[in-house]
Amino acid sequence: MMRLPLFEFRMPRTIDEAVLILDGEGPKAMPLAGGTDLLPNMKRRQQVPKTLMSLRYIEDLNRVRMEASASRLGACVTLADIAADPRFRNGLTALAQAASLVATPHIRNMATLGGNLCLDTRCNYYDQNYEWRKAIDFCLKKDGDTCWVAPGSLKCMAVSSTDTAPALIALGARVRLVSRLEEREVLLGELYNNDGLDYIKRKPNEILAEVLLDSLHGWKSTYWKLRRRGSFDFPVLSVAAAARFTESGVVEDARIVMGSAASRPLVALDAAKTLVGRPLNGESIAEAAVLAARIAKPLDNTDFDMSWRKRVTGEFVTCALRELRGDDVSGERLSYMRTHSH
Amino acid sequence: MRVIGVPRRRVDARAKVTGQTRFADDIFLPRMAYCKLLRSPHPHARIRKMDTSRAAAHNGVYLVLSGKDLPIEYGILPVSQDEQALCVDHVRHVGDPVAAVVAREELTAFEALDLIDVEYELLTTIADPEEALATPAPRIHEYGEEGNIHKRVSLEFGDVEQGFAEADEVFEDTFFYQGNTHLPIEQHASMAIKDPEGKLTIWSSTQTPHYLHRALAKVLQMPPGHIRVIATPNGGGFGGKSDPFNHEIVVAKAALLLDRPVKICLTREEVFYCHRGRHPVLMKFKTGVKKDGTITGMHLQTLIDGGAYGSYGVASTFYTGALQTVTYHVPRYKFQGCRTFTNKPPCGPKRGHGTVQPRFGQEVQLDKIAEKLSIDPADLRLRIAESSNAVTANFFRLSVVNLSECIRRVVKNSDWKEKFRKMPDGRGVGLACSAYLTGAGLPIYWNKMPHSGVHIKFDRGGGVAVFCGATEIGQGSDDVLAGIVAEVLGLETFDIRLYTGDTDLGPVDLGSYSSRVTIMAGNAALQAAERGREMIAEAAAEKLGVPKERLRFADKRVFDSAAPEKCLTFAQAVCNAEARFGTIGTMGSYTPPKSPALYKGGGVGPSPTYSYTAAVVEVAVNPATGWITVPKIWIAHDIGRALNPTLVRGQVEGSVYMGLGEALMEEQEFRRLPKKLSHALVHKFPSMLEYKSPTSLDMPEVITELIEEPDPRGPFGAKEVGQGPLLPIMPAVANAVYDALGVRIDEVPITPEKIMKALAEKKAGRTPRFGPNHFPKVNWPEALRVPPPWEGGDGNAVNDVPRAAKHNPEKEKVLSP
Amino acid sequence: MILVTLPIESQKTAHIRLTLNGEATDVSFAPYKTLLEVLREDLGHTGTKHGCELGECGACAVLLEGKAVLSCLLLAVECDGKSVLTVEGLGADGKLHPLQDAFADLGAAQCGYCTPAILVTAKALLDSNPNPSREQIREALSGNLCRCTGYQQIFEAVEAAMIKIAGKTSC
Repeated sequence: MMRLPLFEFRMPRTIDEAVLILDGEGPKAMPLAGGTDLLPNMKRRQQVPKTLMSLRYIEDLNRVRMEASASRLGACVTLADIAADPRFRNGLTALAQAASLVATPHIRNMATLGGNLCLDTRCNYYDQNYEWRKAIDFCLKKDGDTCWVAPGSLKCMAVSSTDTAPALIALGARVRLVSRLEEREVLLGELYNNDGLDYIKRKPNEILAEVLLDSLHGWKSTYWKLRRRGSFDFPVLSVAAAARFTESGVVEDARIVMGSAASRPLVALDAAKTLVGRPLNGESIAEAAVLAARIAKPLDNTDFDMSWRKRVTGEFVTCALRELRGDDVSGERLSYMRTHSH
Repeated sequence: MRVIGVPRRRVDARAKVTGQTRFADDIFLPRMAYCKLLRSPHPHARIRKMDTSRAAAHNGVYLVLSGKDLPIEYGILPVSQDEQALCVDHVRHVGDPVAAVVAREELTAFEALDLIDVEYELLTTIADPEEALATPAPRIHEYGEEGNIHKRVSLEFGDVEQGFAEADEVFEDTFFYQGNTHLPIEQHASMAIKDPEGKLTIWSSTQTPHYLHRALAKVLQMPPGHIRVIATPNGGGFGGKSDPFNHEIVVAKAALLLDRPVKICLTREEVFYCHRGRHPVLMKFKTGVKKDGTITGMHLQTLIDGGAYGSYGVASTFYTGALQTVTYHVPRYKFQGCRTFTNKPPCGPKRGHGTVQPRFGQEVQLDKIAEKLSIDPADLRLRIAESSNAVTANFFRLSVVNLSECIRRVVKNSDWKEKFRKMPDGRGVGLACSAYLTGAGLPIYWNKMPHSGVHIKFDRGGGVAVFCGATEIGQGSDDVLAGIVAEVLGLETFDIRLYTGDTDLGPVDLGSYSSRVTIMAGNAALQAAERGREMIAEAAAEKLGVPKERLRFADKRVFDSAAPEKCLTFAQAVCNAEARFGTIGTMGSYTPPKSPALYKGGGVGPSPTYSYTAAVVEVAVNPATGWITVPKIWIAHDIGRALNPTLVRGQVEGSVYMGLGEALMEEQEFRRLPKKLSHALVHKFPSMLEYKSPTSLDMPEVITELIEEPDPRGPFGAKEVGQGPLLPIMPAVANAVYDALGVRIDEVPITPEKIMKALAEKKAGRTPRFGPNHFPKVNWPEALRVPPPWEGGDGNAVNDVPRAAKHNPEKEKVLSP
Repeated sequence: MILVTLPIESQKTAHIRLTLNGEATDVSFAPYKTLLEVLREDLGHTGTKHGCELGECGACAVLLEGKAVLSCLLLAVECDGKSVLTVEGLGADGKLHPLQDAFADLGAAQCGYCTPAILVTAKALLDSNPNPSREQIREALSGNLCRCTGYQQIFEAVEAAMIKIAGKTSC
């Protein structure tokens, strides 16, 4: 059986207590939420924190407050709770869909929203046991010098594999980061770097405490996920799309975000821009699909062939936008996602 | 019949649903220590130096072993004794074990692995068979045909060129079948102890306790009588636990040295390194047919990626050519197979052993033939299906053959005639068939002893205990034994106690492989039970004053069929018999009938009887992305008789499941890093997450139909079901994709990327297919020429010494340890 | 070799009290252990299995406060005060749970290795939704890999148990 390395265990009861621990321990301490990302990484010795700080006992992190004008989601709300909560509909549909498509029902019962937003980037050369990584003399992301995905690269090319981040970026979410001395709000779209190693701007002494959403009145959103099987698998490409329409169906505002196509979620600005002021018709959807696919640059470090993943980008953008305009794409959705949920 | 043929709860079901089934890793013993193996990080290297002193000195470590502690070579086949429990000086794939640490805690053992210093000298690596053919040195093994060729075979049954000359059309196709693995959910585990008397006992998740027993005796140089192997129920096997494994030998040695229990449970990654899974095979089929579809001749060539060790590979090589003749009538047949060594975990037997890959090629080629000849593929197969009691060109004697009925049923159930070539674009159906062995006709090592033995003990209280070496791997072998014995003795399966998979307690059964347990252990149980019944009946007849022939055994009673009130309870009847004859215990054994295939290589493929299957698969493919889904599968299986229909259906559906995984997503893939920068050649993703096994959301509805016509060779007429139904799935998917989009995917797995590439070919006006285009040159040996029965052949090759006259010193040497 | 001290990893310095299958249970264990390891190694509950220890197969599922979770990814120290249900706690009063009966009768357990986890997962489903559709059953069990059955007999067994439970509670 694979065993965890030894660690010290802390269980603060409040955010204040937690940030004090992080401040004192430095980067060798890591917050533990659902554990579904960190513990496998520890068993594979990808991450070996000296101290594990459980967030499970901090009540503040488990709250969901939803009002007409804005919502605040505690970072430790589980993905299963989000997927099951009827309040996550209409404008928030993309989030509920993304949460419902993460891994498996068991993992969704454990994994948290904050954990999924902070999910370590993934790569077929990195998400391996210690012994395997030894056989390739390790890699740039951990213990080695070379990025085997692109051996000339100075940058780690591990893939952002979170489902909820693309969805929440499409919904314009912000996150609240708390440390001992300060508190800041960051637009989720700006939380990530396009660097598989240094992929997140959360500092080691900060806790991602809350996700903040403004009113999504008038918005519609959707999330499409590509993976080999109907469950378990991380996305190897995803598309989140959100749009606000006039009564006549003209797009007033739109956001398209692609996941798992780089080391961070990619915001397809041009694609979204081209939709504004136009109805979602065949022409505008096709243009947006081409523009979005242009920036997706999948690499050979996940499941499926990279050029094929890129090809699916356009198809998924098309399906997502057709869904937003009200087409029945449930057949395509069921075919790709193999599940009736949402 | 009260038990046989009745759907019922299997005998071991309660243990399984309560979590009480004791798998190997569920055994915990006082003072036990944990073992971990240090594995080679290099695909091919010499071990220059090893220093284990730092690990041995580590707090909590009891013992460190290295290759010199266990130098004797072993392997499943007598002709391939090429493994060492811990490599002495040569590592052949990433994951080859070089040292073992035994410690109080598993974590300690794991961490101490890093304290072992090994110096390697790197050797050229070989990643696939074409490289192996082109790279005779360095040799991965010092034995085999030459260079890195492990085994080459060439057999010809009739003049195949003559067959092509008589054909109206000759088809040539090349196919590739990617390797894949068993992925049992239970990781391999073993626990060994030096028992209180000082002998060795090992509990292990093995499908073949008898072969493990032999390997342990050989490597540990102990009398076999001082070794007890207990096969724990396997948490899935599928062929992956059929070899004797290095970790089993290591814990046995450690337990003997430490005089304390030593356990090992492999990580999932290590299970991928044990492998012994499906061989990647490149195939070339050349088939001649008449206008009506009659086959005039077939020439099959296979190039097989064996991985780093022999394993069952010699048998696998023959299997890639053995069963082509068993489904359809092939009057002239030539087979050439070549297995190479490569620096990857060894391939071996996975469900359908060696026959799955050429079955894919043959069934897809038949689909192409049917289209060219404008014959419905189902009708074509009905025309050429083999018939009962035939002897094939390669001298396999068939028994009951119900392939045609299987085809007719799936055609009807799937509404084939309304769907084939009639569905809208992107939707399609495909049909394929198969045959499989009901038990290998020959044992792994040459001997004249039975393949299975059963001992039944009758208790004065009416209890019946069955002892047999057969191994429960989930397939229901315990239930087969209990069902047969209960039926014969008029008891319920609950009345039968089973002692199986234990080399100390039961007579030898060769193991749970080649779909042999139902027919072999089953027939042995039948014989033992009937002998017991005979004794009990004789004594009861005397006691009741009734002619023996009139006695019936049912409802736990022995009674006069003419006057049922004249009876003894079963327990009374046993006591009565014991008083008459002394203690009642009976034996049964089974040896398969002699095969007429006397030529060299004819030992692989004969079976007492063969099962047959036909399947129709429906697919939906998105032409924009190649995304493929399978909404429904219809399958019919020629089972002879279903001893327990619930379990038989489970085997069929489980086979369909595994076949669908192979068809669509399962791949044992390797990655070589840029050669300038690295020597690495690693498994691409040795994990449950990235090795894609279908989930509950990926599995379509399966409509199963069992065709029952009892086979005189099977116990109560039963044939195999555990492997055969897997075989038609992959080609049926490929044929359905063609029906849906008009593109051929001549390769497994069939993925969206490959479909898109084939569609691109189609769009460009080229051959609408994806698949291999060439078969490399192999220096084939001169073929052994065996005239088929209809050309007056006697089963011997005309250009070889007849089998009976031959003396084989090598085999005899292996027999005496 | 004589050990002077116990290796750190074997020191059972963590202690929790949990409700295991309805019974208040105290256990001491090495603090790095997951619930899976503590159940199997420190509490003798070997009914819960493991196939990967990384959350990639579902074989180690148990119910934590009634919800199906993976015991391989749950620190045992975080289970203090919690209720845990394993396959050993499914039956009651010497009788099998209707799910266990149905799995046994209908061939839903072949090798039986993934069975304990599937049983508790199915129980959680039926507890929260007494009348699930086939699609809902598929969805609920989509985190439990089974290599033997092809799932069909498992779905049928869950449906059979569902009917049996509904029959019981309605009278």
